[in-house]
Order: sequence, then structure tokens, then C-alpha cells
Amino acid sequence: MNNLPPETPAPAGSAVRGVKRPAWARVGERILEGLIYVCGFSAIVFVLGIFAFVLKEALPIFARESFSLTQFLFSDQWYPTSELNKRYGVFAMIAGTGAVTLLAMAIAVPFGIGAAIFLSEFCGPKLREALKIIIELLAAIPSVVWGFIGLSVMSRLIMQYTGAPVGVNVLNGGIILALMSVPIIVSIGEDALKAVPDSYREAALALGVTKWQLIRRVLLPAAKNGLLAAVLLGVGRGVGETMAVLMATGHAVHIPHSVLDSVRTLTANIAAELGEAPAGSDHYRVLFLTGVLLFTLTFGVNLIADLVVRGIKKR
Amino acid sequence: MAVETHIEVTDLRLAYGHREVIHGISFDVRRGEIFGIIGPAQSAKTSLLRCLNRTIDFTPDTHVSGSIKIDGQDVRKTGSVYALRRKIGMVAPLPVGLPLTIYDNVAFAPRCAGLTRRSALAPIVERCLRQAALWDEVKDRLNSLGTRLSGGQQQRLTIARALSHQPEVLCLDEFSIAIDPVTTMRIEDVLKELRREMTIILVTNLTQQARRLADRTMFLWNGDIVEIGTTDVIFGDRPKDRRTYDYVQGIFG
Repeated sequence: MNNLPPETPAPAGSAVRGVKRPAWARVGERILEGLIYVCGFSAIVFVLGIFAFVLKEALPIFARESFSLTQFLFSDQWYPTSELNKRYGVFAMIAGTGAVTLLAMAIAVPFGIGAAIFLSEFCGPKLREALKIIIELLAAIPSVVWGFIGLSVMSRLIMQYTGAPVGVNVLNGGIILALMSVPIIVSIGEDALKAVPDSYREAALALGVTKWQLIRRVLLPAAKNGLLAAVLLGVGRGVGETMAVLMATGHAVHIPHSVLDSVRTLTANIAAELGEAPAGSDHYRVLFLTGVLLFTLTFGVNLIADLVVRGIKKR
Repeated sequence: MAVETHIEVTDLRLAYGHREVIHGISFDVRRGEIFGIIGPAQSAKTSLLRCLNRTIDFTPDTHVSGSIKIDGQDVRKTGSVYALRRKIGMVAPLPVGLPLTIYDNVAFAPRCAGLTRRSALAPIVERCLRQAALWDEVKDRLNSLGTRLSGGQQQRLTIARALSHQPEVLCLDEFSIAIDPVTTMRIEDVLKELRREMTIILVTNLTQQARRLADRTMFLWNGDIVEIGTTDVIFGDRPKDRRTYDYVQGIFG
């Protein structure tokens, strides 16, 4: 790109319209246009490609007579390495993922949205800058480190305060996951609130309403799309997060009956077992099928979110 | 009608940081009159209105001194700033439709003040929309978004909203810059009607608008009062100050 001819300046006085652009500029523009097209479509190609690959690895399991999809989805028995009685039921892990994600969101959404409201509406500019930097730092902590915190600090605290026999459980994973999701929810939520024009604030306040009424009746409705996106990104993180929950939830295949029960999540199961499953074995294929299931779950969440947002827009 | 002072401004000064924009002005507004404020850009007209309902508080690093009394009560010493703002209806230059339905836009302030029964709200909404000359155009679609209305309709919606808490003072800040002349005339007729019920402060760039509507007019220039007088004098052949004459005649400004 460096040996292109220098652009010759248009002769003084010539009408801009009459200037013919050099050939390289026109060709270059076509190439750039094409590149941008490719970039746009690449997202679709990658998503389809990943899905196709995971599906291809998983599909042969359906040819096995011993495998049944109902058992896979609705049985809580997971004995992939048993000699006599192999069972591939991931229901307990679906429940585990669901429980940890729900708990995490129950903690993270109020905190995250609350913090976003505080940052955008209540705190001064200096404090806001400081807090934003710290919150971004929080988002940058690797998930393994969060796992450590769950495994050592949090589990001890949980055992101490709840008297539970083990500290690695739904509560632990939920809190760790919540701490990981809060920064995302805060920064996207704050952007959404900041995007509400100041004229709304002034117009509403000039009508003699209090700050809380302004937030509840004007700002939250006006920013609801962005806030919903923030929450759903948090949910996406909850469903998809692997390492931290692997370390913090106890990794026991078990349908939880209380937040103090240990569970295993879908993601943690794949991460822990894929390395030991012989390539091409049933176990290996079922793990890939779990991947397909995860993919479908997150796709479903995104789709619902999209539909909800569209529904809101239509009104 | 006896002349009664409604708003009394004494030696008002306003500074943004170290830059003083209002240099100690004093004037009073009488109850039930239309008080016009004219003056070129940067003459602190909007800032003055923002001092009235204390929305100036939202701008950081502002310094206000002097006093503004409404019904003898200093706005900066009032117990409830929310009650103060409910006394003053404010209409901004560009219409700000809150992202709510037409009905909810007008019902917004009464609701926030604690009025929630539909049987009480519906008459208020209708009265305000009628007063703002908008009722006939929107009565069939009260539940569509206020932001879908045309510019002129939105401006009348903001007027209806400003009327919804039955203000004693209605401030209009260059309400006509975004709307067409026909709508402007309709709103001007509305204002003539409203004069009987409340005091109106009309900030305008259009000197002819002040001439048509105002009982008295104040010419503000760079944060100082050049002249206050009845409309006849300000827009007549010999106002007291030469600059008033020049400005009104369009010689400078």
C-alpha cells in the first residue's frame, strides 16, 4: 500500500465535480467495500461453522441404539465411565446451570442496575471516573482467579456462616458468578442510562417530580432496551462461564434442593471430562451433544431477548 | 384590576464559574400579566428562567445571589423545591416529549404528586389538552406515543403538560422556534386565554411576538436590563433607551 502514486492536487479553479479520481482510488474503494462485506458475513459463517462442527461430532451418537434423547435430557443419572451401566443423563447439570445462573442473576441484577443508576444519576464526575475504572478492573479479573476466591475465601465464609458441610455449592457459585456479571451489567446499564437525553431529565424535574420518580417513571422506561441487554449479557455469562463455576460449585452431579447443595454445571462437565473421554467414543459424543444443548440454550435466550426488545419497540 | 406583584426579583446575579452572566438585575412581574422578555442570544434569558424554578441547580458550579420572591417567598429558601417547581410551568424551546403516551405525558406530574385514580386524572388530561388546543387532534389516540406527534403538536403537548399541575406562573422559552407560523398563532391565542388564570412569562426572539402578546416587555442584553416598559413604549417610536429602539427595529441584535 506504500508504493501508491501520490495524489495529484486538483488544479486550482477546476470544479470539484469535474475532477476524475485516480484509478487506484476507485479500485481501492471496491476492495475495501468487499472486505467490509466479508467482515459482516464472517460473523454468520463463524456461528454456523461452530454449530456445524459441534453438531458433526455429536450426531453419530443418535445412531447408537443404547442412546435415547429423552434419557439424555431428562435423566439425572450420569455414569459415563461405568462398565456395566452406562448412563448419559444431563438433567442434573441443566438444573445445576439453571440454579447457579438464577441465583447469580438474583444477586447481580439488583446490584448491577442499582450501581448503574448510582453512577449515572447520583455520583459526581470524579467519583464516577474512579468507580468506572475499578469496575472495569473487576471485569478484567480472569475467571480462574475468581475460582480460587470461590474455592478458598468464599467456601470458608459459607461454611462458617451457614454451617454447611461443604462450602463449594450453588450459593458459592452464584455469588462468584454474580460478582463476575456485575461489572458487565453496570457498564452496559450505565451506558444505556447515559444515552437518555438530559432534556428528559430537566423536563421531568421542572415538573416538580423527585429524583426517584424521575428514575422510575422516565429513565428506566426510556433505557429499558439497554438495561435488558445488560441483564441478558449477564445471563449469557452465567450460562457460559466454565472455570469459576467448575471450581466453586463442588462438581457433584446432583439436582440441588437448596442453595447449599453442590452441583455440576453443563459447562464444567464438558471442561472436566472432555480431556479424559477417548475421541470418537460415546462419552466424547455425548459431551459434544452437551455443547449443542448449551449452544441452543444461549441461542434461545438471545432470541427471546431479541423478541422482547422488538415487542417493546413496536408499542 | 389592582396591580399586584407576583414575582419580585432583586439584584439577581448569576455566574457560571467565574463568568458572571446576570449582573444584578431587579424587576417585578405582576399577577395575571404577560411579561415579555426579549433580547439577543447570550443575554441570559434562559438562565433567568432557570433561576426561577431552580433548575439552574442542576448545572454544576453556578453561583446565584440576590433574591427571587414568588408571592413573597424566596425561591432559594423555600422548604420544598418540588412544590416550587409545581407552581411554575416551564416550556422549553424544543419540545421534549417524554417517552410516554400522550395521556401519560400529561398525567405525569399529577401522578407523581400522588394522584393515581383514573377518574381524577382523565378530566385533568382533557382540560390541559383542551387548554393547549390539542384535544381535538389527539383525543382518539391518547395511548400512542407522544414522540410520534408532529413538532407543533409536541410543543402543545409540552404546554399541556406544563399546565397539568395548575401552575401559577407559566414560563415559555422561545416556544415557537421549532414550529410553523400557523401553529404559533394558535398557541398565541391559547396564551391570551390563559392570561386570565395565570401569570405568563414569555421569552422570545421574535420581537413582534412580544408586541402582540405582552402587557409589559423587558429588554435584556448581556445580562443587564436595558429597559422595562409597557408594550406601547418599548415598541413605540421613542422608548427610553436608544438601544431598545434599534433592537426592536432590527438595526442590531
